Amino acid sequence: MLIVENLSCAVLEGVSFRLDDGELVALSGASGSGKTRLLRAIADLDLNRGEVRLDGVLREEIDPRSWRRRVACLPAESRWWAERVGEHFRDPEGVPFDRLGLDPAIPGWRVDRLSSGERQRLAILRLLENRPRVLLLDEPTANLDPRSTERVETLVREYLDSDAASCLWVTHAADQIARIASRRLQLAGGVLLEEAA
Amino acid sequence: MITLSLLDLSLAALLVVALALSSLRIYPKIAMQLAVAALRTAIQLTLIGLVLKVLFANSHLLWVALLSLFMLAVAGREVMARQHRRFSGWWGYGIGALSMFISSFSVALFALLVVIGNQPWYEPQYAIPLLGMLLGNTMNGIALALDRLTSAASEQRDVIEARLMLGHGRDEAIADIRQQVFRTGLIPIINAMAAAGIVSLPGMMTGQILAGAPPVEAVKYQILIMFLIAGGAGFGTLAAMHFGVKRLFDKRLRLRLDRLAR
Repeated sequence: MLIVENLSCAVLEGVSFRLDDGELVALSGASGSGKTRLLRAIADLDLNRGEVRLDGVLREEIDPRSWRRRVACLPAESRWWAERVGEHFRDPEGVPFDRLGLDPAIPGWRVDRLSSGERQRLAILRLLENRPRVLLLDEPTANLDPRSTERVETLVREYLDSDAASCLWVTHAADQIARIASRRLQLAGGVLLEEAA
Repeated sequence: MITLSLLDLSLAALLVVALALSSLRIYPKIAMQLAVAALRTAIQLTLIGLVLKVLFANSHLLWVALLSLFMLAVAGREVMARQHRRFSGWWGYGIGALSMFISSFSVALFALLVVIGNQPWYEPQYAIPLLGMLLGNTMNGIALALDRLTSAASEQRDVIEARLMLGHGRDEAIADIRQQVFRTGLIPIINAMAAAGIVSLPGMMTGQILAGAPPVEAVKYQILIMFLIAGGAGFGTLAAMHFGVKRLFDKRLRLRLDRLAR
């Protein structure tokens, strides 16, 4: 369970909410409303004030590396630093590439050969390799076709159920929110509003 | 040894004046910088010549130390001035100056005490030129390395943060940049060592030979200087990189580009 209390940073003001185990919550808001900032602040990438607790433990009591493995943030655009796909995974053998419709031989591929949709799906698998307790996903299906979108939704749902993890999912699509989310949070001018899905 | 007269130097200066005049049309700002730099060379070298003359006459540790610190302070300012995106506040000056202090001074002490072994060890005829050579070259290495570090960290911010988001530590997240930075700091001295004697006759050696020293003695000193410079520039780059990387991240392992001046 993730509890965020009074989180403030450059554009956010006193944001509070909680994510229960197994819960998937949608986050939406106009561009510039601070959605990305909120995810970054929870992952502790930007300077911020306020309390964030994971399973009762305060963020500051956890080493920043372990914190980010447990509270995993997926940026809207994925980044790659090595030449081959496989070098970005700890154990490429154990990654279910086929679950997202990717070629099982993809670890041997060159990163610069990937399409943006492939990168997006690979980034999700790369993030899940850490087996995080909380997923903070910034428009994870923005570049994907309906079929891949459905695969990602199913994979994340199953992961949340099997690991009792929770997820904050940034999306604008009303149909997607209705499909996946149990609740919906909305950011407007750095302040959080809650609406039932 | 043929003593140079003021007229001899003025003739050489004509070369710079001619160059400044020719560049006036292409890039007036460079012509101005060229003139100022040439003037500075003449004035600064004359002054240091006078200072050394006095210093050689009264070799005292205090005077040697004071001049060394003054040289370090100027070199630190020079490193800071060469950064496109320097660390803000005192760090911009401190990281470069501290790294140069650690590397140049310890290498100079090592050379004076262990290798040359003069009595007294701080004999200014050895100490000041040696330190000057070391400072000049570590200054180059450190300035290049710090500039590369801060600009690469700003350019590759997204990659560094993507790695932080996956739970990577500081050293992992900046591994590629670290390699580039180290390479940048060391390439000048590696090239200098590789080309020495074949493509270029190093300045110090040339000066000694022109001043009448036997070539083989001059060469031995040049080899010593090259190795000392490699050590000074290399360890200086390592130190600057260490402090720089430390300053780029905070305790919570955030990339703090806000600590760079705009």
